[in-house]
Amino acid sequence: MSTSATTSPNPVTLDPQTRFRETALVRRKKFTEKLARLTFLTMTLLMIFPLLLIVSYLIYKAAPILSINFILDNPVRGMRAGGIWPAFLGTLYLVGISLLVSAPIGVLAAVYLNEYARENWFTRIINLAVVNLAGVPSIVHALFGLGAFVLFAGMGRSILAASLTLAIMTLPVIIASTKEALGAVPTAFREACWNVGATRWQTIRRIVLPNSISGILTGIILQVSRAAGETAPIMFTGAVFFKAIEKGDIFAYGLFDQSMALSMHLFTISTQVPNVPEALPYGTAVVLLGTVLLVNALAIVLRVYLRSRKKW
Amino acid sequence: MINRSRLESVTERIIEGIIRFCGFSAILFVFGIFFFVFREGSGFLFSGLDIGQFLTSPEWFPTSVSNKRYGVLALLAGTASVTALSMAIAVPFGLGAAIFVSEFCGPKLKETFKIVIELLAAIPSVVWGFIGLTVMNGVIIDLFDAPIGLTVLNGGIILALMSVPIIVSIGEDALKAVPDSYREAAEALGATRWQVIYRVLLPAGKNGLLAAVLLGIGRAVGETMAVLMATGHSVQFPSNILDSVRTLTATIAAELGEAPVGSDHYQVLFIIGILLFTITFIVNLASDLVVKGIRNK
Repeated sequence: MSTSATTSPNPVTLDPQTRFRETALVRRKKFTEKLARLTFLTMTLLMIFPLLLIVSYLIYKAAPILSINFILDNPVRGMRAGGIWPAFLGTLYLVGISLLVSAPIGVLAAVYLNEYARENWFTRIINLAVVNLAGVPSIVHALFGLGAFVLFAGMGRSILAASLTLAIMTLPVIIASTKEALGAVPTAFREACWNVGATRWQTIRRIVLPNSISGILTGIILQVSRAAGETAPIMFTGAVFFKAIEKGDIFAYGLFDQSMALSMHLFTISTQVPNVPEALPYGTAVVLLGTVLLVNALAIVLRVYLRSRKKW
Repeated sequence: MINRSRLESVTERIIEGIIRFCGFSAILFVFGIFFFVFREGSGFLFSGLDIGQFLTSPEWFPTSVSNKRYGVLALLAGTASVTALSMAIAVPFGLGAAIFVSEFCGPKLKETFKIVIELLAAIPSVVWGFIGLTVMNGVIIDLFDAPIGLTVLNGGIILALMSVPIIVSIGEDALKAVPDSYREAAEALGATRWQVIYRVLLPAGKNGLLAAVLLGIGRAVGETMAVLMATGHSVQFPSNILDSVRTLTATIAAELGEAPVGSDHYQVLFIIGILLFTITFIVNLASDLVVKGIRNK
């Protein structure tokens, strides 16, 4: 039998005490292992710690002013008192309209790159363009928006021009995340569908998109949070320092109106307007940061939930 | 053979056409950006602007009555100094965090850290700028007994915090791409954890890590609101990290509102935009080529 050969008695008798004793090398390795772990953990925490510190400091400073009325009131006395309603509503408009433009284009562009495009130089150029579009500085997007939408297309400084600028700026976010979501759908699903006679588009609509909807939604939500925080692209294309609107009126802005925006409002009251009470910019910063982080957290929760339900 | 109705095949064609068009749109937009920014600045670029002087003179006096001078060297120095400082902070910490997340974390902890880093990346730049303007400003004045805290140091730290998330996430991808067999082989030979990182992981993942750093640089060069608010407003060569500077991006953001449309000053700001576009284009192209280098291996 083969077992008898391998279990032949060992001629060297091993004392259980010495057999498992740590050698100097093992001790050194354990120590360096610990040291390495500690070093890199410290580095990571030093990057994360500021986030917690900053968020809690901002909330602490803003606490006296934070209330639902702060969001729903108009600013008064030259933006030195009152709330942020026109800015809050303006941000909703800008983000909403930019989403209407960038979500369909972005998702379809990702469908093209993942489902139709062949591996050739042209596809490489498209991918390169997406990467570069993501890397264009926000202020250059602002110059583009001013040159193309405000002046060339004659939209003037308006919500429409600012939203379109934001849409182009955030397009790469949607393309990248949608592409990833589509890529996660197994090829076998598509092949099965083609085999029963479905066309490319039928396969995409009935099989690929429903199976990747969670990833696509996550990308769209991330676009929302990115667009809500941007300042530079809207500064010269449609956002203004001050605009009074009816309190509580959610249809106060038209497509060709100028509007306020939260990010722009924070910039204005913290740098351009003298003698603003301290809590006011802190409150605005907390509302902006809170909105963005909430939207992001929503994307994360959605992703974790849907991943746990995934069937393959 | 399945017979499809004529209507169906026509719809299919139309939808395919729309999808194709959307696919090409990214190229269209990149060219569009270059075209429209170039278009607004081209008049002055080809007649009037002394390009040699533009790139080599530190004198930026766009609104002087008697002698307007457009030299961006000091602004370039501002961008370079803030970017360099931020990378000096962000690269070691970012790569360290990437190594920790990729090599030392269990799956649960890894997920947590990734979420926190994602949230860090989501903080809007205007909020970072506000933090620089209020919190960091006071801290720097207290710590260094400086007259003003809006300095290269302030902007550098803020930009470092802003570009760390991108370095961590791309860097972690790069380390994940190193095959496990490399690590196992090194450990089987008796390497300590440090030796595995130094001798195996860093050399094997160096292209991806380089791409991570390049993307971080691209982000730092192009950042506008944070540096506008945190670095002060003096056009000068910084002699130390407690000097105020002005970057290329901040100059556009600060002056575009005041420059009359079509004036020389207005056009020069668009030319600075072209310069910025070119710099980030080259940085992004370089990082893409580096990543492509990995894939071909």
